[in-house]
Amino acid sequence: LSHTHSDCCCYHNSPKSYILLKTWDPALKKRDDFEDILEERRSSSDLRYALRCYVPVVYKGIAPCKPGVLKTAVLQSDRLRHVVAEMSKETGESADVIREEASGILEEMAHRLRLGTVRFFAYSLSKAFKALFQRVRVNEDGIQRLQQSIQEHPVVLLPSHRSYMDFLIMSYILYTYDLSLPVIAAGMDFLGMKIVGEMLRMSGAFFIRRSFGGDKLYWAVFSEYVKTMLRNGYAPIEFFLEGTRSRTCKSLTPKLGLLNIVMEPFFKGEVFDVSLVPISISYERVLEEALYARELLGVPKPKESTSGLLKARKILSEDYGSIHVYFGHPVSLRSLAQGRINRSQYNLLPRHIPRRPSQETQAFVNETAYRLVRLQEENMVLRPWVLVAALLLQNPDGVDMERLVEQTSWLRGLAVSFGAFLDWPGNTKAVASSLALHTGLVRTEGGRAQLAMEPKEPGSPEEDLFDRAASVLSCASYRNQILHVFLRPALLGMAMQMAEASRKDDIYSCFSFLRDVFSNEFILCPGGTVQDFDEACYMLTKCAAVHVQKQEVVATEKGQRILSFLTSLFQPFLKGYQVGPAPFLELVDYPRHFCFLGFLPSLTCYEALSSDVQKNALAALLRMKVVRKLKV
Amino acid sequence: MASESFGSEEEEQQQQQQRRRRADRRVRALSGHLEGRAEQARDGPPTERDTELRSRSAVPRRRQEVMKWNGWGYSDSRFFFNKKGQAELTGKRYRLSGSLIPGLKDWFEGTFGADLKHESPAKVALCAGAVPPPSLGEAFVAGLQAAALPFSVETEDRAFRSHGHCLHEIFALRRGKVGRVPDLVVWPGCHDDVVKIIKLACQHNVCLIPYGGGTSVSNALECPVEEPRAIVSVDTSQMNRILWVDEKNLTVHVEAGIIGQDLERHLGEQGYCTGHEPDSMEFSSLGGWVATRASGMKKNVYGNIEDLVVHVRMVTPRGVIEKSCLGPRVSIGPDVHHFVLGSEGTLGVITEVTLKIRPIPAYRKYGSVVFPDFERGVACLREVARQRCAPASIRLMDNKQFHFGQALKPQVSSIFTSFLDGLKKFYITKVKGFDPQCLCVATLLFEGDRERVLWHEKQVYDIAAKFGGLAAGEDNGQRGYMLTFVIAYLRDLGMDYYVIGESFETSVPWDRVLDLCRNVKEQVVRECRERGVQFSPLCTCRVTQTYDAGACVYFYFAFNYRGLADPIHVYEQVEQTARAEILANGGSLSHHHGVGKLRKQWMREAVSDAGLGMLRSVKEYVDPDNIFGNRNLL
Repeated sequence: LSHTHSDCCCYHNSPKSYILLKTWDPALKKRDDFEDILEERRSSSDLRYALRCYVPVVYKGIAPCKPGVLKTAVLQSDRLRHVVAEMSKETGESADVIREEASGILEEMAHRLRLGTVRFFAYSLSKAFKALFQRVRVNEDGIQRLQQSIQEHPVVLLPSHRSYMDFLIMSYILYTYDLSLPVIAAGMDFLGMKIVGEMLRMSGAFFIRRSFGGDKLYWAVFSEYVKTMLRNGYAPIEFFLEGTRSRTCKSLTPKLGLLNIVMEPFFKGEVFDVSLVPISISYERVLEEALYARELLGVPKPKESTSGLLKARKILSEDYGSIHVYFGHPVSLRSLAQGRINRSQYNLLPRHIPRRPSQETQAFVNETAYRLVRLQEENMVLRPWVLVAALLLQNPDGVDMERLVEQTSWLRGLAVSFGAFLDWPGNTKAVASSLALHTGLVRTEGGRAQLAMEPKEPGSPEEDLFDRAASVLSCASYRNQILHVFLRPALLGMAMQMAEASRKDDIYSCFSFLRDVFSNEFILCPGGTVQDFDEACYMLTKCAAVHVQKQEVVATEKGQRILSFLTSLFQPFLKGYQVGPAPFLELVDYPRHFCFLGFLPSLTCYEALSSDVQKNALAALLRMKVVRKLKV
Repeated sequence: MASESFGSEEEEQQQQQQRRRRADRRVRALSGHLEGRAEQARDGPPTERDTELRSRSAVPRRRQEVMKWNGWGYSDSRFFFNKKGQAELTGKRYRLSGSLIPGLKDWFEGTFGADLKHESPAKVALCAGAVPPPSLGEAFVAGLQAAALPFSVETEDRAFRSHGHCLHEIFALRRGKVGRVPDLVVWPGCHDDVVKIIKLACQHNVCLIPYGGGTSVSNALECPVEEPRAIVSVDTSQMNRILWVDEKNLTVHVEAGIIGQDLERHLGEQGYCTGHEPDSMEFSSLGGWVATRASGMKKNVYGNIEDLVVHVRMVTPRGVIEKSCLGPRVSIGPDVHHFVLGSEGTLGVITEVTLKIRPIPAYRKYGSVVFPDFERGVACLREVARQRCAPASIRLMDNKQFHFGQALKPQVSSIFTSFLDGLKKFYITKVKGFDPQCLCVATLLFEGDRERVLWHEKQVYDIAAKFGGLAAGEDNGQRGYMLTFVIAYLRDLGMDYYVIGESFETSVPWDRVLDLCRNVKEQVVRECRERGVQFSPLCTCRVTQTYDAGACVYFYFAFNYRGLADPIHVYEQVEQTARAEILANGGSLSHHHGVGKLRKQWMREAVSDAGLGMLRSVKEYVDPDNIFGNRNLL
């Protein structure tokens, strides 16, 4: 475990670098206003809406392509022909058989967009959304930017993924605004649902297997399919950078496979540019709230099935508050790659021959992925409940309502100064409405608010523990939504505590260590330590919590409250990393820094039970070579 | 002495008897030469060579007498808008000369957002004091005098040889500005003169810059400001004799200063041609072609310059480089000709060249094909190349260039013609359903026996039909080629109204042609927007040459610069990003314009470190004192 000081020399904050940082200051970020798209739905006919004339703008005036034509184009592409010939040579199988196989894969994968199905969804989702949500709010400026982008360049839509609702919402919004419907990369699991799977296919979903690591043919068909759609700009391509729904409401480390695929046509000059559009979908209350907590505690995910969906109808009777969908600024891949990617590296090989991306390219794709996830995070609308949940979790014994209102308002000030995107109805109302919407998670009695930890009907001690942990995890999933705002300053706060001295170099090395430890847990772009440290210093200086000097970082009197809030906000993760993986581990090394983490054998922290934390902690320990995998 | 207009020259010439013309020419050459001599008081007595047959060139020693000092081509030929707003080309040299072009104004104003009310005329003369007096070592001048070499230190002569035809060069001239100019211009009359000049230059450490036709568009003729020595321009225009014609082997031995039109005219008188016709052939010289690896329009039949050259003689500070025989192909190590071809004046002066010649074809026919879109046009050209049945020339203009060509149609005199035009248009757009905003045109030129041409024509049209192409007549074809001869004159017209433009070219594998064209055009548009150009630019391309493994693509790029403080800087930056985009899309640094100083920054990337080192070591051996210090290429 070595974290050298080699990269420390450049982080000394000169006044000049502050000026530079100020232009970046998240609190100054301007964001668009929202419109509620359900408002019109409540006052006019859903049927007419579903049957209205739908003529979306398309890329350079290209006519949307018939699925059949698309399939032929893929099967006859140079790339696929090349791979088929190669495989035939390798396996001795006749090319026809392999081609047949490719055709089968494509059949299973491809979307079959039908306007009729889209209209059916438009109708039924209108009904469902009106029943479930108070409002579905969209930033219309973002829609306008998107409309512009769609006509100029191929567009890739990258929504955050918190719920099954995400892609339904996305298509619904695009349909509402007369934009071309995206084709959506979906997991094969949905095909398990009778009828519904096929209906999703007809509304633009295409299905990919969860894992196909070594299958060259599958990879070729899949990537060529996506690239053909992108090159010809038939429709925006939509996929989830995070790969799967985040059960914890924290952003997940991005997956790079699809991002690599959609970037390649640009690298090879087949398209002029690609617009990457980060989209942040935030739910006031996630539909899968209870399910997620159970999953995190080890109850397997219920299999996607049509009957399960029908059973879930009862959720229609509950209130899930509002949804905010923020379409971020389209990011031009060309601008990102400027000076980073030397595209002439593709000059010497025919473009249909697959090649492993160069290291430079891999690093670029990875960095871009992190950047896009951070853009998603930045534009997530946070509801007051998120702050309330954070405070309640820090006070398991409950808080007086008055004090809660005061603390929430204080926290709001801090969050805003760190750049949080809050939807705020006023202090008192904020707390009251939060508590009202989440009655399942919080109890208010005698002017005190407290997490609802007591099981409704007492069972065995194990069951009680399970229920308590489940409600803590549900609550934590809301708090998690704001962690990205506080992450960097909190890491600095913890580093200051850990360093037990104010020397900047020491603090930096602790910061760097913590950042390394938590890089599976949070979105921390590899190689961005110096920048993150500078950001953290800047933010904490701005709220007067610390004093950054040339050699030292010192906490101020006033800063104690902020720092202690920040450290306790992340305490559950520290604890989780201490106890979480412990039962499975045989330590090979016991480095100095882990002394600080200290292995506390008590089980006071329910969050440590989360399989997500355990998984991340284990991955971090493996990555840092603190532990070693033995034969399973 | 004036050159005839292109296209009609051969027929006329063939009617005349060769013998009589030769006699005529002899007389003219002699008298012309004596006149020329009279101008230079410093000249020595007539030497033996002056009594030899010497043809009168279309370009005299004092070029400014017939050519513009601050624009393209002949002084008597320029475009202007008359009072009715119709464009006209003055003079009598070209097919378009004297006719009215009614469509140009609308196209011009519509394309560039330009307005004839907003003029940006050129200065009439160089600014006083723009050219500093020459600084020369007396010994060197004395040496020239002793060797009886004609030279000049006049401002006009020197300024004329201080530039090529890059946009920034012409733009500065129009504002009366010149950069560094040569201190002296010398006119060698033969190979031996060049040997003397180089010897003197080596003795006195003077920097030499060879000058041929002056049509460079790679900044190759610019005199380096940082050069501390005196700079002497070696104008080869007087080395323009055809030394011999070998009808048995079909070769010709020519002095390298001859310009394209003279070479073809003189060979034509004897029933031959080289077939090398770069777009600049009215003014560019044989030596220049060799030094830049030029490409001719009809290379499909005759080959590019490297295919035509049988033998080269070049004088370098290290001595004369040449091969010892005229063998048609040799295996004697790396071909030393290839150090000369493309050397861009960095190694020495090319003095004599032996070229292949061909009998003038009996029959020549233009043609054109309309395609519904550029994609299908490119696919057709690719198929023609695959079947190796390309006519002498085949070019595919994109939609914008097609409209440009249409705007240059001269006013038709008869109602019948305009009715026919209307009918054609109706047929293509309405009956065949071609979108006027998408369709594009391929222009064709066939040469050979009548039978063969007709058969060949059918073959090409059959292929075109497979890609949705419709034959669109000879007229369109011919007009397409005319565009290339008048485009540089049109640039001067644009510059009268705040529009600046330039061309650039590349070569690229077939599968990347479409992607490259699209991406480069978009890059130009995007870059212009980002750099504050207020009107959308014109960026149009054509595929001008087909090869087995790829094609040559030629771009025109122009924009209205009103409102920009430093239009040339903006222009240069856009051009740079366009070149970077070309390279990123698998295009070459240059197909035929050369590297010069304009594209030098990409040489390392283009030929690798070791490759650049090889070129450097040749330069170091041949010219250790950097006498040929134009700083091109390396």
